[in-house]
Amino acid sequence: MKPEELELMAEAARKQDGKYTNHICVCMESGCMSSQSDVLMAQIQEQIKQQGCADSVQVKPVGCLGLCCNGPLVRADDRLYQNVQASDAAAIVASLKGQPVTHRLCDTGQPFFTRQKLIVREHSGRIDPENIVDCIGHDAYRSLLKVLTGMSPQQVVGEISNSGLRGRGGAGFPTGLKWATVAKAGGTPKYVICNGDEGDPGAFMDRSVMEGDPHRVLEGMAIAAYAVGAEHGVIYVRAEYPLAVKRLTKAINQARRHDLLGHEIFGTKFNFNIEVRLGAGAFVCGEETALIASVEGNRGVPRPRPPYPANKGLHGCPTLINNVETFGNIPAIIDRGAAWFASIGTEKSKGTKVFALTGKIKNSGLIEVPMGITLREIIFDIGGGIPDGKAFKAVQTGGPSGGCIPESHLDQPVDYESLMQLGSIMGSGGMIVMDETSNMVDVARFFMEFCMTESCGKCVPCRVGTYEMHELLNRICEGVGTQDDLHLLRELCEMVKQTSLCGLGQSAPNPVLSTLRFFENEYRDLIEAAQKRRERDEQVANEKHVSLEVLP
Amino acid sequence: MLLHAPPVSPPPTSDKRWKIVETVMRRNDFQPEALIETLHSVQQSFGYLDEPSMRWVAGSLHVPLSKVFAVATFYHFFSLKPQGHHTCVVCLGTACYIKGGRKLLEEVERHYRLSEGKTTSDGELSLMVARCIGACGLAPTAVLDGQVNGKRSPAELVSAIDKMLEGKVQP
Repeated sequence: MKPEELELMAEAARKQDGKYTNHICVCMESGCMSSQSDVLMAQIQEQIKQQGCADSVQVKPVGCLGLCCNGPLVRADDRLYQNVQASDAAAIVASLKGQPVTHRLCDTGQPFFTRQKLIVREHSGRIDPENIVDCIGHDAYRSLLKVLTGMSPQQVVGEISNSGLRGRGGAGFPTGLKWATVAKAGGTPKYVICNGDEGDPGAFMDRSVMEGDPHRVLEGMAIAAYAVGAEHGVIYVRAEYPLAVKRLTKAINQARRHDLLGHEIFGTKFNFNIEVRLGAGAFVCGEETALIASVEGNRGVPRPRPPYPANKGLHGCPTLINNVETFGNIPAIIDRGAAWFASIGTEKSKGTKVFALTGKIKNSGLIEVPMGITLREIIFDIGGGIPDGKAFKAVQTGGPSGGCIPESHLDQPVDYESLMQLGSIMGSGGMIVMDETSNMVDVARFFMEFCMTESCGKCVPCRVGTYEMHELLNRICEGVGTQDDLHLLRELCEMVKQTSLCGLGQSAPNPVLSTLRFFENEYRDLIEAAQKRRERDEQVANEKHVSLEVLP
Repeated sequence: MLLHAPPVSPPPTSDKRWKIVETVMRRNDFQPEALIETLHSVQQSFGYLDEPSMRWVAGSLHVPLSKVFAVATFYHFFSLKPQGHHTCVVCLGTACYIKGGRKLLEEVERHYRLSEGKTTSDGELSLMVARCIGACGLAPTAVLDGQVNGKRSPAELVSAIDKMLEGKVQP
């Protein structure tokens, strides 16, 4: 494709869209598809034919519309409908020219929609992810063109550094610094890897980006490859996300066909190709060295760093690894500039963050909010609070590597540093709300069981430590724990944190430490109850013993 | 790039599905790196990985059988035992757990006298547990024969499984 062709294609795509007076978008992501949104879309198409408006109404399968708990979601022009059944299709098509279908109408004026700020998800829910022409009509690959025809690799790295973007995979390492390191590293070939191994239970942001706007991820990777001097890219995706795999593969093939991937892209000297690699269900593969081992076809086991993948990664070559959401931010930063991006968020955390808001909350789904928003705003304004009149207890962020934050700290701004201070982490973006019915010791046990089974077994502190901590938590939960158990648990937490090889082990104690910090009373209650029960049993045993002794 | 030799031995059986597996290996130039992709295609075609298939993959990709076994047992996605005719996967990710995923699992276990990772004696139903299927907005969820069932009570899930076992289309 020649540089000028992209704009022509975009123009043509927009013109094609403009031919229709009405547009119906049906969510086609895993969540809504499980409620048969594909059947619904077929039904809507059928109704359009029957009502004779095929020339004026466009039906489009799109990515996530956000409010997943009320799926299937359908947008008809400016109206959003929720819980739509196939039987509503006729009414929705008929309503295009008149009054809305009130019983399915979803209020888009509620804070869930108005308080969000969309960057990574700006086109999700508006474009057909399986149609590259539609994506180009919504500015896909425009930033890549800008970079290839008007910026040097150093300028690109500089732009990303100036934007203040930090890794969205959890740890928050400055993206520009990472790119600069790989760009400077000696040795060829270089690789760019996209980490789509979203193993954190309770999180589905990356899945949604890959399913809803796959070309955005490819574009971000291509820009990164140009900046660091790589020609090969790999997207590592969980096998549990078949739809994401299908859409990415399709997107790659389409991009190749339009020469947006491959040799001499836009007629420049830049070559770049991407392949998809499947994970096979191992949480530890989210760790970058383990991920590289898995891409090479081995057991996903981490290795000590340094050397960092930036110097010695895939096949021993310099490798850039970023998360899906990080790549999703790149086209917007290039398009609108570092200063624009840096104006959003807090001093040290710039831009927005996508969260999967789930658990005991009224509005569960995907949200994208500016950094610095408070947890209270997220949970009570956007999330709509706790259902069934229950009281809020804690919010869990960062999955098995994060912690539980209580009511008293809800006014903290959401950024990397504040969450770290609270003993949690930003993580990849899972946010699980718990109400008063959840027992926090049980929650800690749940996460420890997860870490125990997901430990790869390479280093002893993690392999044995998580097992022992799980046993101790089990004893406490089952009412046989003692003060000594609690003491030992604390000691083990510290030890595993300090001595484990990789992030999995180093952060595995976080859920325990944070629940101990904010909900120690729940541990004490269980242990005291166990103590009382033991004393009572002893007393009973003693009484029996006495009565036995008097018998000859 | 080094080109690897094609498989030295014919597939374990004359089953046509081996062609699919061979295509995957061929597409990857029979490089050892393609091990995980290849095992995925074996599992997709046959439902599980048995010893003859692992031996053949090892020989074709020129990797030791011990490594094939190590990789197959390291990743949760691979199964070394055949699955039942139908499968039920209960999600125990955090959101599902908080919303009662364990109750779903217990009810299925009680009702079909099954335990996690096992198949009924008639080979009809396998019960598995997932770490998170990424449909957290619909918690608690279970996947019946690949179809996600969200927001189910334990009783509703059992009736959906019954329908699946009877061969009726799910609601």
